[in-house]
Amino acid sequence: MITHFILNGLDRRAGIVVALLVAIAILVPVLNLVVPPSSPFHVPGYTLALFGKYLCYALLALSLDLVWGYCGILSLGHGAFFALGGYAMGMYLMRQIGPRGVYGDPVLPDFMVFLNYQELPWFWHGFDMFWFAAIMVVVVPGLLAFVFGWFAFRSRVTGVYLSIITQAMTFALLLAFFRNDMGLGGNNGLTDFKDILGFNVQSAETRSGLFAATALSLALSFWICSSVVRSKAGKVLIAVRDAESRTRFIGYRVEHYKLFVWTLSAMMAGVAGALYVPQVGIINPSEFDPANSIEAVIWVAVGGRGTLIGPIIGAVLVNFGKTWFTAALPEVWLFALGALFVLVTLFLPKGIVGTVQLAAASWRERRAAAPAAVALDPKPAE
Amino acid sequence: MSKTRDLLAALVIRLTFVVALFAAVLMPAAAQSTDAELKLLVDALAARGFSETEDAIKALAFTGDDRVAAVLGALGEGNLFVGKTSKQVVIGRAAGRDLVLTDPVTRAEIGTEPSAAYTKIRVNNRLRRTIQAAIGTLTLLSDNPVTRRAAAEAVMKTRDPETIPALDAAIAEETDAGILQVMQEARAAAVLNSDAAEADKVAAIATIAGRGDRESLSILTQYIAAPGEVGVAAQAAVDDVNTTIALWNAGQNIWFGVSLGSVLLLAAIGLAITFGVMGVINMAHGEMVMIGAYTTFVVQQQIRMYAPGLFDFSLLIALPLAFLVAGAIGVAIERGVIRFLYGRPLETLLATWGISLILQQAVRSRFGAQNQQVGNPSWMSGSFDVGLISITYSRLWIVVFAIFVFFALMALLKRTPFGLQTRAVTANRQMASAMGIRTPWIDAMTFGLGSGVAGIAGVALSQIENVSPNLGQGYIIDSFMVVVFGGVGNLWGTLVGALTLGIANKFLEPYAGAVLGKIFVLVFIILFIQKRPRGLFALKGRSIEA
Repeated sequence: MITHFILNGLDRRAGIVVALLVAIAILVPVLNLVVPPSSPFHVPGYTLALFGKYLCYALLALSLDLVWGYCGILSLGHGAFFALGGYAMGMYLMRQIGPRGVYGDPVLPDFMVFLNYQELPWFWHGFDMFWFAAIMVVVVPGLLAFVFGWFAFRSRVTGVYLSIITQAMTFALLLAFFRNDMGLGGNNGLTDFKDILGFNVQSAETRSGLFAATALSLALSFWICSSVVRSKAGKVLIAVRDAESRTRFIGYRVEHYKLFVWTLSAMMAGVAGALYVPQVGIINPSEFDPANSIEAVIWVAVGGRGTLIGPIIGAVLVNFGKTWFTAALPEVWLFALGALFVLVTLFLPKGIVGTVQLAAASWRERRAAAPAAVALDPKPAE
Repeated sequence: MSKTRDLLAALVIRLTFVVALFAAVLMPAAAQSTDAELKLLVDALAARGFSETEDAIKALAFTGDDRVAAVLGALGEGNLFVGKTSKQVVIGRAAGRDLVLTDPVTRAEIGTEPSAAYTKIRVNNRLRRTIQAAIGTLTLLSDNPVTRRAAAEAVMKTRDPETIPALDAAIAEETDAGILQVMQEARAAAVLNSDAAEADKVAAIATIAGRGDRESLSILTQYIAAPGEVGVAAQAAVDDVNTTIALWNAGQNIWFGVSLGSVLLLAAIGLAITFGVMGVINMAHGEMVMIGAYTTFVVQQQIRMYAPGLFDFSLLIALPLAFLVAGAIGVAIERGVIRFLYGRPLETLLATWGISLILQQAVRSRFGAQNQQVGNPSWMSGSFDVGLISITYSRLWIVVFAIFVFFALMALLKRTPFGLQTRAVTANRQMASAMGIRTPWIDAMTFGLGSGVAGIAGVALSQIENVSPNLGQGYIIDSFMVVVFGGVGNLWGTLVGALTLGIANKFLEPYAGAVLGKIFVLVFIILFIQKRPRGLFALKGRSIEA
């Protein structure tokens, strides 16, 4: 049954996407490391780092689409799960600095020495081990999502109310992480990383490795999402999205399905954050900013919610636009982003992929209808 | 030669001291001493040691002469000098390397001399206290009630037992009840510090405890450890004062909470209207507040340029303008974007967020990202005290204004045809439409009204907040919390929600800190929504999905 579940997710189209992502995971690092810089096929380190970041965003968008596009839960706080995963990874990276910090304390990270900590806070223990940090990357956001969802879905908080309280959640976390007493670096967050698994985070090889890991995680997540939405449970999720009360009246425990997909989505967002942090080299509380979470929503909307490839395309496109605009016309970027929100919701409610699918479907329909029309034509063909 | 002079001076001082003591008690109207006597006493200030100077200060004080206060003031500020050769004491004011000299007795300027020829008469903290007490006792009998009150307060701070006779004299003369009380408290503080009888001290403790403020607390705590009755009484009094202060603190928190609540009410009430009537989350609501604040800024700028005399009326001029500007933008948003998105609340949320980004960036491009200077009219500056609470006029006016806006909106919704139609659309859109109400028109007007109210909230907020393009963003989440907590479609809910959240925030602050307090409030609301998903004052309806 499990194999059926897994294989079911990998139909022809999903298979192409997964294969493409795996190919990117292999090809781009090779083009960066092996192909000499003089070659036109060489991928510069800057581009690699940039697209590594975009792929993290794409993973976040994918996780958001899973709850919004397939279950109708518009989360305005997914940035919180992303940031929590990032902090878990950041804590591991901080512990790896060891005595190489500015103050040279073998155990305490620099900011703790600076803030006169005598010993490591309890929740920092274990983060010197990668496996532990890796588990925490999914467990912490997953746990928060589970508790939050448990309360919210059971009491049937839906629609804009749910969106607003997810926003309140990330806002509360933003405020909390700004506090120095939190023991997580306060305003400055965690930065100045040196090693990941013994490799220097700055080196080209590590960066390529992280890129490959991100692309592979995205491929795997895509596969998982595809399996979920194609399974029987996925059908129920879509039913919940389209008519929640009716689904409940038929006899499905709506809140269980919601809670499952919500928690899964938060874990994926956590992984995205964990991959993001070593690539950008810093995690600070501004990642919890509600504006970031809403920006992630527009990636999904642009690409097309309710399609799994849409959010990936949307995240890469919008962020590519952001990089270009903020470099070339920084004044215009917010206008462009704002206009994007308005125009997409007004004119492109299904996003790019959804619109293309719709057009393709209607084209196919017309083509299918065309021969019939010809056959019905009383005039004999020449 | 100088030795005999010192001795003579010391003798005169002691004598004057004793005489003045009686004089102060017997003849409250202070006698004017002759110039020569005074001069001798002033010169004695330049004595060798601090304790001699102290005697000199006391002697001077007990002359009760009007001129003494100025001399002692100069001494306290380090402006009293003694000639290195002449041994004459003078008041000096530094002017480059020279001193502009004034005669302490005649108050006439006596020319400019190089600083090197003079030595500053040094004072230490003990002497400063004595000086303060001396000036205090001197001015206790002044004709000006403000001066008398200040003097009594100053004497209270010194707690010098030797001021008791002067205080007694002043108390006998005093007619103003308020000042009399301060004087008695000052006397009580001095009695406590003296070697008076235990019963007197206990009475004094009662008098001081009557003040019930932080100063009385700091005095009383010093006597907790005193032996016998005094210590017991002091302990009881300290507990008493602590209770009083705790009560005032609670009162202060309530006031701060009401003040914050009224700000939240102003920011949220427009949102409550649009959300209630249209089920639309307007993420650009905060930007309407910001635009209102910028309208105020522009109005003030124009007034400064063309009619500076009207500055005190700038807010009254800005109010209707802010309402119109924000309201017009609101109507434009509704007609241009939102009406195409009815029935899709989540998309509306995203589109209005986009609009908020555009508005923010537009203001940033036009006015710059920095904070703009919005001035307070004179009637909004300053503060006054109620007991231990200090109330600023700007906060007070905002509370008044918020209440006014609330009831004005209430009247608009309950007493006008427009309000009737709005409520009808809130209750049941289809039915209202079937009864001939133009629901699209109501939608546009309601959105305009909500935005306009946000605009006038911006005028009020410009008085207490930094006016910057980000002004609205800081309020948007709080406003949502108020609306969601209070419940939709009921302005009373918004009022109760705003005040509850405001007061809860301010009560949590002292215990948890501002940030943690706010987090608690957010978490509380998140949990509260689970219990009552439609807020405190939910509209009763039959629809299964709002």
